[in-house]
Amino acid sequence: MTDMTPDTPISDDPTGDEIALLEEKFPGAITIEDRKGYEGIIIDRDKLVDVARTIRDDLGYDLLNSATCVDYIEDEAFEMVYHASSTERGGSPFTFRARTPRDVAALPSLIGVWRSADFQEREAYDLMGVHFSGHPNLKRILMWEGFHGHPLRKDWREPFYEQDTKPFDSRWPGGHVIRAEYTNPYGKNVQYPEGFTLEDYHGDIEESVYAGLATTDSGIGIQHLRTDELVVNLGPQHPSTHGVFRMAVTVDGETVTKLEPVMGYLHRNHEKIGERNTWLGNMPFTDRLDYLTSMINNVGYAMTVEEMLGEEVPFRAEVIRVLMSELTRVVSHFWLFGFFLNDLGAFLTPAVYVITERDLVLDFFEAAAGSRMMCNYMRFGGVAYDLPAYIGGPAIFDTDRARRIDTRRFLHDLVYERLPRVTDELDRYLTGNEILISRTKGVGVISAEQAINYGLTGPLLRAAGVPYDLRRADPYGIYDQLDFDVAVRYNSDLYDRYLIRLDEVRQSIRILEQILPMLDETEGQEYWAGKRPYNHRVPEGDNYARVENAKGELGFYVVSDGGQNPYRYHVRSSSFINLTALEEMSIGHKVADIVAILGAIDIVLGEVDR
Amino acid sequence: MYGVGIFKGLGVTIRHFVNTYVDDLKWGVKRYQTDEGFEARQSPDTTGIVTISYPEERMAVPERFRFVPFLVTNEPDDPEEPNASWCTSCGICAKVCPPQCIWIVRGEDPETGRPIPDPAEFYIDIDICMNCGYCAEFCPFDAIKMDHNYELSSYDRTTAHIHDKERLSKPISYWQKIAPTRAEEERLAREHKEAAKAIKKAMRKRKKSA
Repeated sequence: MTDMTPDTPISDDPTGDEIALLEEKFPGAITIEDRKGYEGIIIDRDKLVDVARTIRDDLGYDLLNSATCVDYIEDEAFEMVYHASSTERGGSPFTFRARTPRDVAALPSLIGVWRSADFQEREAYDLMGVHFSGHPNLKRILMWEGFHGHPLRKDWREPFYEQDTKPFDSRWPGGHVIRAEYTNPYGKNVQYPEGFTLEDYHGDIEESVYAGLATTDSGIGIQHLRTDELVVNLGPQHPSTHGVFRMAVTVDGETVTKLEPVMGYLHRNHEKIGERNTWLGNMPFTDRLDYLTSMINNVGYAMTVEEMLGEEVPFRAEVIRVLMSELTRVVSHFWLFGFFLNDLGAFLTPAVYVITERDLVLDFFEAAAGSRMMCNYMRFGGVAYDLPAYIGGPAIFDTDRARRIDTRRFLHDLVYERLPRVTDELDRYLTGNEILISRTKGVGVISAEQAINYGLTGPLLRAAGVPYDLRRADPYGIYDQLDFDVAVRYNSDLYDRYLIRLDEVRQSIRILEQILPMLDETEGQEYWAGKRPYNHRVPEGDNYARVENAKGELGFYVVSDGGQNPYRYHVRSSSFINLTALEEMSIGHKVADIVAILGAIDIVLGEVDR
Repeated sequence: MYGVGIFKGLGVTIRHFVNTYVDDLKWGVKRYQTDEGFEARQSPDTTGIVTISYPEERMAVPERFRFVPFLVTNEPDDPEEPNASWCTSCGICAKVCPPQCIWIVRGEDPETGRPIPDPAEFYIDIDICMNCGYCAEFCPFDAIKMDHNYELSSYDRTTAHIHDKERLSKPISYWQKIAPTRAEEERLAREHKEAAKAIKKAMRKRKKSA
């Protein structure tokens, strides 16, 4: 049965001792960060790999959470910011940076230290144009090959560029409306390479995608048969890829020998939009990242900015945030059960069962926040509204059917009866199913060490036997006051990845059972402190804050220059980084299995592509 | 024994199937034709079919539901200023709007040329609107609210999706109808504010005379 480990001990914040150790070992290579509002160290780029290895091995920061690039255009420099944490000790991440001049932007790749740097460095190469020496597969990841320019650089302008930051001056006081599509999209804002002519352009033939997939003569296992390898595209328009995700795979018969994930079809330069937006204006955009867990996205972004503003969150708001987060986690995992089984061939019946339950939770979100999926419910310093008095609304139109269910009753029925009952029913329905077992046991295995090295977080990491859950490892909100266990499984196959979600749903229900009495106790208390301005000015500095999303660690890295808009806004998305290990998990399995492996990673393309 | 798990699972499916009939028999026609039946169908206790036969019946949306904003005006039969817009064209909604879909031309006095608290033009490009509700949330005059009418399809995408001041304006009674509790709360808050202002004014007057 489920094996629950005791709470992981929580270490202190990275101390001066650790930095002193690094300084001693690498004299002259370490500079302690002294800019206002920043923390961590700056590492000389020639020593980066060695220092990083020491940080991993000697200091014990074995998980690279986030690696992202900031364009300091006034300093003529790019800065890579790394956050690494320890899966054993927990606690807040260790921040280190490396700088490179802007004109010849090059840094050593950390892929030899942490494989999780793979996609993140490719992203920095793609969107910022920083070259990583030693990266074996350095090519664009979100934009297509042949795209000209680096769209996250500060001097980049998108085709409908109007102004660097919002609010735009054209909207008020003389706001004469004009549709964006009337402004010529092929005007001066579009950048072409020098000497580009349409006549010589032959479209994108995706050489880079297929370059690594060249077929070989050697078949796997069945050497006595003469077999040829074949390159097949799975997706992007295929239901098994959960959106527009594409896997270019080399198959030997039915067996996968190489796999190249291709993404970016849903890329909308979310981070650049975030830099144009005001601080508050980003909140509804975070809903559109992982649209199945918009409440948790809201919490993560609100926390990041609150920490910089020094804003206190009232207790009731914290209680409501946990209520929303855990309900979100339950429905997100339910969604996985439905569609994971769909991937395995149990066509839609499990999906319809779990969607029924999800809809009830969304009814509650709709009554509380005003929208079922795009909740936009959290604000800096609290939540937008108190809980509603009732679920349902007044009938307005002729055919409207009204209902009026007391919120307290609704939540009690849901948390104490319906959700536990449905979870048990799903357990009975699926867990013992022999087809499910034979399809999932022993498939997609990845070892605990590899899982950490690949930067896997969330249920994938915990199913590999690493009890790393941010709600315990680096507690935020009121999670340290709540009683729950970190679910962990050890076989790291698809079956365990399914089971761990079932465990987590049960733990979430356990948290919800503790939250409901707290809601009653705090009835009528303040839910949004502070002055509630619409134009926040955030003090200078940077901040990385993370929450445990249903899919893994969701982090937000923001840099403020003291103005009304973020200078840099980066989303550390778990769906994206968990995909790093997809090839490792898939090789040697059948084509039908990689569909299931992808399904069990649980990606949402809104968050992968951003 | 191999296959037990599958049969157990099929048992769950059959239970779901049977439950729909149990619930239907218990309620009879009432389940589909009365509001009580609807509430039972859409509550956490339900075990039967949960679907709604849209558009023959629609689920009434909650008061906080937000879809494309509208501008609040006085009633057509208002004794003092019929149909007057509550908007003062202060521009907060246009500044706070994350996708910048609100366009306002500030009203000006034709004689003096100074700004007056009434917008000359007001546009919302509903193709761009992301229904976040900030405009309504941060409006200090309760002059812009989120609508509940989500059926906005049209045959013409190029002009019908830019709502002008005339199309956006709806009387306050409409807001009271779609969100009775909130409208009442806001009315009380406004009265409270007015009263506080009046007291402050009176105090100042007394101070002056003293």
